Amino acid sequence: MKVTVTVNGSQVEAEVADRTLLVHFLRDVANLTATNVGCDTTSCGACTVLLDGKSVKSCTVLAAQADGREVTTVEGLTDGSGEMHPVQRAFRAEHALQCGFCTPGMVMASVSLLDENPSPTEEEVRSALEGNLCRCTGYHNIVRAVLAAAPGASERRPS
Amino acid sequence: MSILGTRVVRTEDPRLLTAGGTYVDDLRVPELSDVARVTFVRSPVAHARITGMDTGAARQAPGVVAVLTIQDMDDLTPPPPPEPGSEVSEGAPLPLGGPWSEPLLAVDRVRYVGEPVAMVLTDDSYQGEDAAELVSVDYEPLPAVVGIGSALQTETLLFPDTELNVCVTSGEATDDAIFEGCDAVVERTIVNQRLAPMPMEGRAAAARFADGKLTYWVSTQNAQITRFILAGALGMDPGTIRVIAPDVGGGFGAKVGIDRDAILIAWAARRTGRALRWVETRSENLVGMTHGRAQEQTIKIGGTRDGRVLAYRLDVVQDTGAYPRMGGFLPFLTKLMAVGPYDIPNVQTASRVVVTNTTPISAYRGAGRPEATAAIERAIDLYAAEIGMDPAEVRRKNLIPPDKFPYTTPTGATYDTGDYATALDKVLAAAGYGELRAEQARRRERGDVVQLGIGLASYVEITAADAAAGETARLAVNGDGTATVYTGSSAHGQGHHTAWAMLVESELGIPMDKVTVIHGDTDLIPEGVGTYASRSLQLGGVAVHKAALDVKDQARRVAADMIEAAESDLELDTETGNWQVRGDPGTRRTWAEVATHAGADGLVAFVQYVGGAPTFPFGTHLAVAEVDTETGKARLIRHVTVDDAGTVVSPVLAEGQRHGGIAQGVAQALLEEMVYDADGNPLTGTLADYAAISAAELPSFELIPSETPTTINPLGVKGIGEAGTIGATPATQNAVIDAVSYLGVTHIDMPTTPARVWAAISAGADGRDNTENGEAQ
Repeated sequence: MKVTVTVNGSQVEAEVADRTLLVHFLRDVANLTATNVGCDTTSCGACTVLLDGKSVKSCTVLAAQADGREVTTVEGLTDGSGEMHPVQRAFRAEHALQCGFCTPGMVMASVSLLDENPSPTEEEVRSALEGNLCRCTGYHNIVRAVLAAAPGASERRPS
Repeated sequence: MSILGTRVVRTEDPRLLTAGGTYVDDLRVPELSDVARVTFVRSPVAHARITGMDTGAARQAPGVVAVLTIQDMDDLTPPPPPEPGSEVSEGAPLPLGGPWSEPLLAVDRVRYVGEPVAMVLTDDSYQGEDAAELVSVDYEPLPAVVGIGSALQTETLLFPDTELNVCVTSGEATDDAIFEGCDAVVERTIVNQRLAPMPMEGRAAAARFADGKLTYWVSTQNAQITRFILAGALGMDPGTIRVIAPDVGGGFGAKVGIDRDAILIAWAARRTGRALRWVETRSENLVGMTHGRAQEQTIKIGGTRDGRVLAYRLDVVQDTGAYPRMGGFLPFLTKLMAVGPYDIPNVQTASRVVVTNTTPISAYRGAGRPEATAAIERAIDLYAAEIGMDPAEVRRKNLIPPDKFPYTTPTGATYDTGDYATALDKVLAAAGYGELRAEQARRRERGDVVQLGIGLASYVEITAADAAAGETARLAVNGDGTATVYTGSSAHGQGHHTAWAMLVESELGIPMDKVTVIHGDTDLIPEGVGTYASRSLQLGGVAVHKAALDVKDQARRVAADMIEAAESDLELDTETGNWQVRGDPGTRRTWAEVATHAGADGLVAFVQYVGGAPTFPFGTHLAVAEVDTETGKARLIRHVTVDDAGTVVSPVLAEGQRHGGIAQGVAQALLEEMVYDADGNPLTGTLADYAAISAAELPSFELIPSETPTTINPLGVKGIGEAGTIGATPATQNAVIDAVSYLGVTHIDMPTTPARVWAAISAGADGRDNTENGEAQ
């Protein structure tokens, strides 16, 4: 079947097998390999991308379901001049990544979280990221990075 | 000021954050442009004879390039016959050969669910999954041997040419004379459960064989060891093999070298002439990648009523799974580290290793040392409970004092440097130990549903246990003033590129952003060992440091020639990276000028650093847990640690190592376990079932800095990679037990799930010993 998806602002059109998953469409058709596959039970969140601005696990969405819609991956977060998104900058500043495999999904889940809740508490960050596994960082610095990148961070009451 | 010890952000991150890493599945290199996918057909049963296999339907399926079985493996030299007397080993070979040999593809028998039986090669991965389903294998079931008790008692043998399922025995621990004179003695058997290492990237490999040369990309902790393994397995000259480790998505010990599945990718590429790629699924990973831990330990501890420990016994039975890989060796590290940080005069250890119809066991973050610490730290708490003394006080009374270093333990380890009591006291002070105990008392008095537990673990561990194997570094300063480091260490998340660049900047004044670090390519770095056992900084890092010193000496001679001054009059300003006659900026020469003057073969140093000895990091972890006494649910609410690994080169990276290790350590205490049913079927074979720990189950951690340099190496550094899993597990387990100890509970096996905690509380309330509650599932 023919699928047309706007990926990071560019239209990607391809003939794919009906069962093609969105993550494989992104990796093998759009050739954007940052988004990783970390499990086969929708448990780990490594494949998290934004679909029409909301985070989804792209291993559990068919490419067909994304037809005519907009997808943002971590490659699309930097602006035209290559400047990193505040969440990406915070991840670097706080050492919130080690091996990097969960990172693209973790960043996209964090972007989505802060979009919904611009000034989360630590507990809210931990709860919101429950579906994104990281095996390296112990989450400590990921949580710090998300709190640091929160647009409403200055309004947050000290805990 | 030196950059060492300062908070530097990583050089690796911009690429990983904006474009993503390049893991094996991401490689889009020309050599793999026609790459086919490999899908394994794996055994769905734990123990069976293979009586037939039909690949006909699979071969006809769309996209199938080939289906390979043991019948196709006619191009390999069979392994040598067993040597006489190799049936049962008294030593620690890894892996065992002879009658315990592990084939590449199953021959006529399968021994665990997930064992590779056949390979399906297809144009794409979806076709591979379809075609693998069409391979029909006839299995004649055999009784499954699952669990240590079963392995020791059953008449079913995994390996027909052996007499027992015990493949390694070492030492005896039966002489009770060491406990004579002890007023209080406690003994019990505890379980250190089987875990899945579960790096976020599973195993993956790609291979191309062309013009007599094999190019092999693999997710590994050691490119050079991988090349050695491939050369042996495939009967090839190592010079005809190039191994490349691209970005690696975590390893945790389970990617040391390569295993049979990964060897098969190289073999199949040579056999078929087709470039191949294999990237395992998570469900494959959880049964196919080696597991860790899996020990049953009988501990016995005795001492005086006033808290002096006089004798300790550790008897280990290691489940090594279906084949004796590194699992056969792990108990030796456990026994070596048996006494932990305590000055105990009489110590006895013994171990046996058994095979079972489960996934093979190998290294997992700590590899034998977390097991040692879990045993002694449980023993100390059991003894403290027996004599009615505060567990912190018992620890303080028995810690090796600072004036006894270097200290040689009764098991033969020589601890280099340490200040164990200070680590304990710092943690107690930072946590507010007295106030925590007061809060615990208040909750008990009020009869709160949610009770508080405080758990301690003081530890010492061994890092770079194989220091004698050393590590390599080659450092070149280039004509444009940049530097290139070729390291034998192998990065998979630790931040080697940042740390090695810091070492170069510190010594040479060449800024980090002008230092390129290259690892994991055997064409560029033929000699190297790689990363495991917390060895990188103290071996590979020291090699870089020494290479920098060597290059500096060379540059001094060249600069002296350029400036026409005596070498002894020259100085290197490491702030600006310039050479000059001391106090005379007019004579200044940049690194670019000096390197250009030195010529093409100019400023290059190769160092093969052989470490003097292993080092022994130490520390104390304190965990605070809340336990809901109605549901048994335990939750970690605070975790306070001192992890002293000598001089800290990068505080940011060291903290990151501690954080990650703590999370995995807590996960073992509270949540994670690979569970099999009695027939050897894995019950936790997907991430929907295996309880990998998430952000929601952890607090932020409270890390206290502490640096006691070692004298073993010139940087004063020890390893920090495994401290977290060594200290956090027993501290958390002890905290959960402490929370409910007032209800008569003395022990709960890990993971301390709600069901187990609830069962222990119920047994305690009835006045029953809760010894058996560890069996509750």
